Amino acid sequence: MTLTECIGLASALLCIGIYGLATRKHAVAMLLSVELMANSANILFAAFGHFRGGAAGQVFVLFALAITVAEVAVGLALVMLIYRRHGDTLLDLASEAKR
Amino acid sequence: MISAIIILVSAVFVVRSSNLIHAVLWLAMTLLGTAALYAQLNAPFLAGVQVLTYVGGVVTLMIFGVMVTRRHEGAEAPIENDSDERGFIFAAALFVILALAIWKSPMALPANPVTPTTGELAHALLDEYLVAFEVLSLLLLAAIVGAVVLARRRDPDPVTGEEPSATVKQHEVTP
Repeated sequence: MTLTECIGLASALLCIGIYGLATRKHAVAMLLSVELMANSANILFAAFGHFRGGAAGQVFVLFALAITVAEVAVGLALVMLIYRRHGDTLLDLASEAKR
Repeated sequence: MISAIIILVSAVFVVRSSNLIHAVLWLAMTLLGTAALYAQLNAPFLAGVQVLTYVGGVVTLMIFGVMVTRRHEGAEAPIENDSDERGFIFAAALFVILALAIWKSPMALPANPVTPTTGELAHALLDEYLVAFEVLSLLLLAAIVGAVVLARRRDPDPVTGEEPSATVKQHEVTP
């Protein structure tokens, strides 16, 4: 794959993630969409690292992986908190303005 | 090229399938395709780490989260029709803009890029980027402590509004 194809793939993945984030109401499904978008950023880092040379691209993919894992851990803890408080995981329930 | 098709098709299934467990499994498929793409991009270590942390860790966590928090048997999460159209239009418009920007940009690349071996990657990670590496470990620690604190917190009862009793809290905290 060329660099342009990799960038196109990453942008398509980002747009799919944004679409999922806009259409889903369930908290875990929204987390899945965020995962897709983070993954597209990782693909970009790896592609630029490969086509420009040097270790920086791959190092930043490793950093982004660790940050995503931390984000998932905190996100799932929040989902469990919302579930315990409201009995469901639809994010509309968690918006305080609607109560 | 095959890995790109796998990534995109399974990503569409992630956002379209109404069963959450299926969506998480399709996400695992996307991440495996990404690992294959990393291997094609001369980054075998990244491919291994991707499979270990994402498919082994994150997807397991996600399935765990879905199973713990579901009320109904199927864990259904239907897609709403009105936000469906708006989301599609927005995402498609963004993709068109991005594609135009990519198409217009000149890509000046070095002729013979040197991709690092895993050993060189380790040297870069623990030498040049050592401070960032250590800060990252602090971030992970903070995230884990934060997740535990959030998940253990006892909320006031939504019906009666009273706090849970202190003895229960004490009992919960002491191992």
